[in-house]
Amino acid sequence: MTPSFSLNLIADLREMWALPFMLNAFRAGTVVAVLAAPVGWFMVLRRQSFAGHTLAVVGFPGAAAGVWLGVGATAGYVGFCLAGALVFALLPRRAPDGGERTGAIGTVQALALASGMVFVALYHGFLAGTSALLFGSFLGITAAQVRTLAVVAAAALAVLAVVARPLLYASVDADVARAAGVPTRALGLVFLLLLAVTAAEVGQITGALLVFALLVLPPATARLLTVRPGRGLLVSVVLAVVTVWVALFVAYYSPYPLGFWLTTIAFAGHVLAYAGRLVAGTRAAVA
Amino acid sequence: MTTGGVRPLAEVRDATAVVGGRTVWTGVDATVSAGEFVAILGPNGVGKSTLLKALLGLVPLASGTVRLLGRAPGRAHRGVGYLPQRRGFDATLRVRGVDVVRLGVDGDRWGVPLPGRRSRTAAARVRSLVELVGAAGYAHRPIGEVSGGEQQRLLIAQALAREPRLLLLDEPLDSLDLPNQAAIAALLGRIAATRNVATVIVAHDVNPILPYLSRVVYLGRGGAVSGTPAQVLTSATLTGLYGTPVEVLSTSDGRLVVVGQPAARHAGVA
Repeated sequence: MTPSFSLNLIADLREMWALPFMLNAFRAGTVVAVLAAPVGWFMVLRRQSFAGHTLAVVGFPGAAAGVWLGVGATAGYVGFCLAGALVFALLPRRAPDGGERTGAIGTVQALALASGMVFVALYHGFLAGTSALLFGSFLGITAAQVRTLAVVAAAALAVLAVVARPLLYASVDADVARAAGVPTRALGLVFLLLLAVTAAEVGQITGALLVFALLVLPPATARLLTVRPGRGLLVSVVLAVVTVWVALFVAYYSPYPLGFWLTTIAFAGHVLAYAGRLVAGTRAAVA
Repeated sequence: MTTGGVRPLAEVRDATAVVGGRTVWTGVDATVSAGEFVAILGPNGVGKSTLLKALLGLVPLASGTVRLLGRAPGRAHRGVGYLPQRRGFDATLRVRGVDVVRLGVDGDRWGVPLPGRRSRTAAARVRSLVELVGAAGYAHRPIGEVSGGEQQRLLIAQALAREPRLLLLDEPLDSLDLPNQAAIAALLGRIAATRNVATVIVAHDVNPILPYLSRVVYLGRGGAVSGTPAQVLTSATLTGLYGTPVEVLSTSDGRLVVVGQPAARHAGVA
């Protein structure tokens, strides 16, 4: 039975939330959005998007291996993503131009995708199939899973709050930060681990390939709207939460997967912000 | 090693630096005392930046000693402002100039800055620093979008954020046009004089900063000479430093031109 959409949005939400799986989906989506946005904001600032994406992809073999070994997808996601972050931390220092070690990171990504397929093949009888691991699913999120997501997200956000200011210093101006006594290398490792935990959390909702819908798009859009660090972080969180809510709402009535709606809505927000900035720029130029 | 009872702010004794297996310089002595404006000069590749980084403890010495504010380098962050050599901020960096200056004030503190007295004090400090360097007109724009000279002023404000007793600048005039070189040099000279900040500046051209200099350290093949500009920037001294004929010429408008100094990359390992 397809649920019917009414123009009374509050009533629609009530109807959705009467279903435990939808309520859990909204809760889990909100948790990962609140975590993904600030971590993603720093990731975009530090130009570590490729590493972030690769950590998300590493979650795919992690989840598949977790299910195959019987320890559960969540443990697999977190374990593999953290291991991936440690591998990146062991790579030689950043490239001379300050960019990422794209060659090594890309190699890890290819290996991750390939081994993910192996684990899927080894474990016969994935219910949701590979597609849910890669492109996300909001069905079947349990209350226990929401609790785990929330506890891990709260811990990660607490760590981020403690390191936020020196991390900003190290991200904007590593040499000067180091001379001022900021432990830039240790902060780099802490941030990679935060990124891994975030990718593992978000991946459970959006799927490994679409983690970017929440990790990159809201912060990138926020950077179009404001240049203040504090405001940028706040706007990112609001955008990410709104994206998740609208996507879940639409996905409930539509035959298309959640990941599609997440990315489409986040992308639409980015295009709107960009267009708005162009219009504002033209006006300022005319005035 | 004290001179007249005044401890030098920074001191390098009989120092040797080896970077990547190559001896950059050896037997270098240099001191910086309060109120001095010192230039580290020399041809490209002679290790001027290395000397500045050695003072900061960012490059370990192969032999010799460094003291910074009377302590081992690396333990004296608070009293030292540092401006590294750079090619400018990425044009897409969407962080405002005032945010960059603010990082110099309290960027090394843990935790998130919360509204309150401390935050207001820091914001007021940023405002006064921005005014000091004359950057009020563009400090609220993304730093990637302002010109090289404007970025340099904001970075000088950042380096001054902790009221350092010693300011170390690596090629701050590099990649600026001549009017901007003169303006930044004048700003640094004014800050050194009015704020009693000892200043060490790495430069490959002495002319923009010549009016403000109290001493120069001239790095040459393997070693260094230091003294007043009038003592060091002479044909005789530099010829002695290089062991080959070097001439210092003075143009009609008072600019100095060094002719005949060998390129360091060939001479350094001799």
